[in-house]
Amino acid sequence: MNALMEHNASEAGAAGFLHRFEGLRERLPGQGLPWLASLRARAAEAFRAQGFPTRKVEAWRYTDLAPLTQAGFGEPLTPVDGALVLPRSAAPKRLVFVDGRFREDLSDEGSPARSLARHLPEAEGLLGSIARIDDLPLVALNTALFEDGALIDLGEGVDGGVVEILSVTSAGRPVAAHPRHLVRLAAGARLVLIERAWSAEQDPAEGEGRYLHSPVWEFVVGEDAHVTHARLQQEGRAGLHLATTFARVKASGTYDSFLLHAGARLSRSEAHVTLAGPRAAAHLNGAQLLGDGQHGDCTTFLDHAAPDCPSRQTVKTVLAGKSRGVFQGKIHVHQVAQRTDGYQMNQALLLSDQAEIDSKPQLEIYADDVKCSHGATVGELDESQLFYLRARGIPEGVARSMLIEAFLLEAVEGVADEAARAALAEVVAGSWERLA
Amino acid sequence: MPAVTETIDAVQSVTQGAYKYGFETEIDMEFAPKGLNEDIVRFISAKKEEPAWLLEWRLKAFALWKTMVEPTWPAVKYPPIDYQDAYYYAAPVKKAGPKSLDEVDPELLRTYEKLGIPLKEQAILAGVEGAGDTPAEGGRMPIAVDAVFDSVSVATSYKDRLAKEGIIFCAISEAVREHPELVRQYLGSVVPQGDNFFAALNSAVFTDGSFVYIPKGVKCPMELSTYFRINAKSTGQFERTLIIADERASVSYLEGCTAPMRDENQLHAAVVELVALDDASIKYSTVQNWYPGDENGKGGIYNFVTKRGACRGARSKISWTQVETGSAITWKYPSCLLLGEDSVGEFYSVAITNNWQQADTGTKMFHIGPRTRSTIISKGISAGQGQNTYRGLVKISPKATGARNFTQCDSLLIGDQCGAHTVPYIENRCITAKVEHEATTSRIAEDQLFYCRQRGLSQEDAVGLIVNGFCREVLKELPMEFAVEAQKLLQISLEGSVG
Repeated sequence: MNALMEHNASEAGAAGFLHRFEGLRERLPGQGLPWLASLRARAAEAFRAQGFPTRKVEAWRYTDLAPLTQAGFGEPLTPVDGALVLPRSAAPKRLVFVDGRFREDLSDEGSPARSLARHLPEAEGLLGSIARIDDLPLVALNTALFEDGALIDLGEGVDGGVVEILSVTSAGRPVAAHPRHLVRLAAGARLVLIERAWSAEQDPAEGEGRYLHSPVWEFVVGEDAHVTHARLQQEGRAGLHLATTFARVKASGTYDSFLLHAGARLSRSEAHVTLAGPRAAAHLNGAQLLGDGQHGDCTTFLDHAAPDCPSRQTVKTVLAGKSRGVFQGKIHVHQVAQRTDGYQMNQALLLSDQAEIDSKPQLEIYADDVKCSHGATVGELDESQLFYLRARGIPEGVARSMLIEAFLLEAVEGVADEAARAALAEVVAGSWERLA
Repeated sequence: MPAVTETIDAVQSVTQGAYKYGFETEIDMEFAPKGLNEDIVRFISAKKEEPAWLLEWRLKAFALWKTMVEPTWPAVKYPPIDYQDAYYYAAPVKKAGPKSLDEVDPELLRTYEKLGIPLKEQAILAGVEGAGDTPAEGGRMPIAVDAVFDSVSVATSYKDRLAKEGIIFCAISEAVREHPELVRQYLGSVVPQGDNFFAALNSAVFTDGSFVYIPKGVKCPMELSTYFRINAKSTGQFERTLIIADERASVSYLEGCTAPMRDENQLHAAVVELVALDDASIKYSTVQNWYPGDENGKGGIYNFVTKRGACRGARSKISWTQVETGSAITWKYPSCLLLGEDSVGEFYSVAITNNWQQADTGTKMFHIGPRTRSTIISKGISAGQGQNTYRGLVKISPKATGARNFTQCDSLLIGDQCGAHTVPYIENRCITAKVEHEATTSRIAEDQLFYCRQRGLSQEDAVGLIVNGFCREVLKELPMEFAVEAQKLLQISLEGSVG
């Protein structure tokens, strides 16, 4: 990429992003590929038609994008080439992106994950195959502007092992990154994917460190293929994290995801999962740990489009300080999806009288032979549990912390892959210690 | 329909898929011209001999309505409504008070009869002089009835007995004349004119409805009941109900509704406001049996209703119970504003959609005062091509310390062409509040059906039995006569859905 590009901090909102697209389009990767050039043009048009969603849109009722639309963002002026302090790798193989661009020097060789920008012709028919641009403006924007991302394409029966995709935002500039990641598993393939979003500046000074990280993921999961998608959102406290994930799971395949929201000023992770073949399964678990000034939004749309599919979801939110947590989870059971078994649970703990939790579980069911349930609870710690621990000589502060950690870890229990589960438990516990 | 045991036999005798109340009464009616404009609003107000403030209030509502758009967010589908193609005022022509039942318009009496109103109340409703002075037959607990025919309250029974306790139970138009200070103080105080599209429409053109005031410390000695009926063709019904329970007062109020069978759709946009002061309690029960349309989805009532109660006083309580079996489309969310400390809100609902019926119903509980509590039990049953949505909100403000909510929404699906949806919203800003929500969706279990069939029950009776069991938690909240009737209604509503 050309190093020196104009940065339009003056132009805010949708117009600013569209202006950037016009300025950049000739230099975006894959512009020589007609299918991609036309896809980007259509996406830009779709974004122009929709603009950023406002709170009048039902799916955005609880999350206000004002911090995004009122400020200007630009692409990096100069890619950061120097050494970066990176978090310890959670997997034997790691791919590193800095400000949305691939960093070969920091990435492990021989990983099944490659740079999308360098292998774009292979993405034809995959990129945009399940991501929707016509009603999801952030996805349209990503499609128009993405510069790179990971491409993982596993053949039949291949075990991809454990791979980490690390997205780092360098400090000090209001950068906007829209990486696009594609994952395809042929029949019987396996993969454990750890996605980490991180900033070199975790706790910037007041009014600084603002950036946007808006990735889009597409997972095409083949028959009897299994993917674990562990997502650790550990952005800097001034960052904006707006992620959208699409997954389409064929017969007997599994999409097993876990989402952690720990960082960022505003984060929203939206997942659209379709169970497209019989006995396909989805787990959409998550934990949100929100401190003062943070807003976390976990929104999921789960489509049961085939019979005999199970789905499980447990999302826990802990809110401290002046924070706001959102959970929206919709399960849509199509008429063909007989014998669906859906379970959804979301629970929130409020630790402060300035925190707010908004929860909207939703069932939309058109098949009659189904078993679907959801539950939601909001409240304080259970006094009797606290008493039990204190009666055994555990100081109150420690007892509270133990109970909250246990509350959060329940969401990790659902992760099928043992190694991923252990790693997640460690990160979740660490994040809680940091918040407490 | 009023809650009387006489109706049960009649209900039982209906044939498959029939709607018992689908008759039209040919009585002399007076209409205002079709259409909706400021002149119609003025006409209605003049017809009712209303004071200037109320006309102003209506005109303000009409002005607001013109600026509003019809909501599209409910999960219901219907062709656009032409608000200019309906009568906004239709009233039975009033004759001088009859001396006995023989002098009453026989058509009106036949209507009462078909509705199962017992003779005693028939006489009272028809305005037979002296009919309200003797106690009801058979020592049965009397029920005071206010009948609203199309838009106009035709009669209220047992008024004198209630008056002895200081209770006011009359048509709202009468209350405007007799008790203007009470009406002025409370009308629109719970559902303001501009609350929503249909409430604004109602505020502009409401023609009648019931008014209840229970004075301090009085426990209403009988069930109060309103019976609504849409009769004339091309009319909308816009009744307005206002119930006030003063300090330490309590009242149980029943509401029933029917309409003739027509192949056009008719609009029913009512507003109900409840106010409970310190230590007062109001129980409001509805059995809604408007004409649901035929088995092909033709005709039926659009039931777009705004119902809301304000628990203004400490320790006050408002309880909504509804059994929604009728209407082509039901769109209503009986709600509670829990303002007073320790106030309680309850919502018990059964909604059935069969054939092409659609229902988007639920409740909103606003916890504002400390230690407020609410319970929501909702049972949705879908059959045929029916679409049934529970939509609810539990909102807890920062001051509602120790607030508590429990919500349970269960859906039952009968057949593979119907839909059941659950859309609860939980918004909590209070650290000490506790909110619990549970929802399930399933179909009738094969083993339960098998168990019943094995004991000789027909498939239809077995389904009826299981559905009644499914709804038991709600039905037990209804006053007894109503509960019996509601069970029959459930069974009738589901006829033709299994087989």
